[in-house]
Amino acid sequence: MALWWAIAAVCAGCYALKLAGLAAPRRVLEHPRVRRFAELVPVALLAALIAVQTFTAQGGLSFDPARAAGLGAAVVALLLRAPFLVVLASAAVVTALARMLLG
Amino acid sequence: MEETTSRSAAVRDGLGVGLAVGLSGIAFGAAAVTAGLSVPQACVLSLLAFTGASQFALTGAVAAGGDLVAATLGALLLGGRNTLYGLRMAELLRVRGPRRLLAAHGVIDETTAVTMAQPTPESARTGFVTTFASLYTAWNLSTLAGAYGTSFLGDPAVLGLDVVGPVAFLAILWPRLAASAELRWLAAGAAAIALCATPFLPAGVPVLLSAVAVLVVLFR
Repeated sequence: MALWWAIAAVCAGCYALKLAGLAAPRRVLEHPRVRRFAELVPVALLAALIAVQTFTAQGGLSFDPARAAGLGAAVVALLLRAPFLVVLASAAVVTALARMLLG
Repeated sequence: MEETTSRSAAVRDGLGVGLAVGLSGIAFGAAAVTAGLSVPQACVLSLLAFTGASQFALTGAVAAGGDLVAATLGALLLGGRNTLYGLRMAELLRVRGPRRLLAAHGVIDETTAVTMAQPTPESARTGFVTTFASLYTAWNLSTLAGAYGTSFLGDPAVLGLDVVGPVAFLAILWPRLAASAELRWLAAGAAAIALCATPFLPAGVPVLLSAVAVLVVLFR
């Protein structure tokens, strides 16, 4: 049930954030710091999410070789300019194979 | 004639991006069910939140067993960039009243990219509508397919599906990291802060804390 409340808050909040942009007065954007902040925040948050979801478990640091191998496969696919879905699929396949081989 | 050409180019761009990115809803549906969300919960997020990074962030935090308030805040912080897209798009779209309420739901990464890439205001509007419509349809149908399909698997980790969430973030981030050394330092710093904070703070909070790295870049 608590999860439904979180989902409702995310849905309502995400919509409000989108609408605020379309409805806001123009001069807000003209501040260079606002522009810069907008560019930087997603980079920091996404990088933190990648690290936390790959290298932590149950509130502590943990190294799962299969998951790390999957992330490595994704990096290779990205370097080869593979399309989005190919990147996701190769990471999942490598992770699954690594789990099978490592038991 | 030129206007017709640039509008049909906008339709082509919109459909291409909408269908290709929309298909990755499969990955979101799979990641959501793997994290412990139900199929309806995954679908409601795609229908009503409709912004991929925030959706992945919420499910990722749930998967990590994190505090739901921190997870929600993290998802909303990521959604904050859509506000800035909206500021830039308002001038191009010029929508008022009920149409603005509808258009607002479509202000996300992909629609902004296609809209901003068009040469004229008319083709920009065409690009926005086409991308929004095709991406919304594809994203929601593929979320349903991914969530429903995954709900039949006993343990999605056997298929490596737990890696899909972080890899989706990496793919979203990649072009920006490739273009700027400063952003690579920012990303590395943010990741280090989050990992160092993990043993000491409730799940979800370390990710929010990583935003400190932004202030360092901004005010140095």
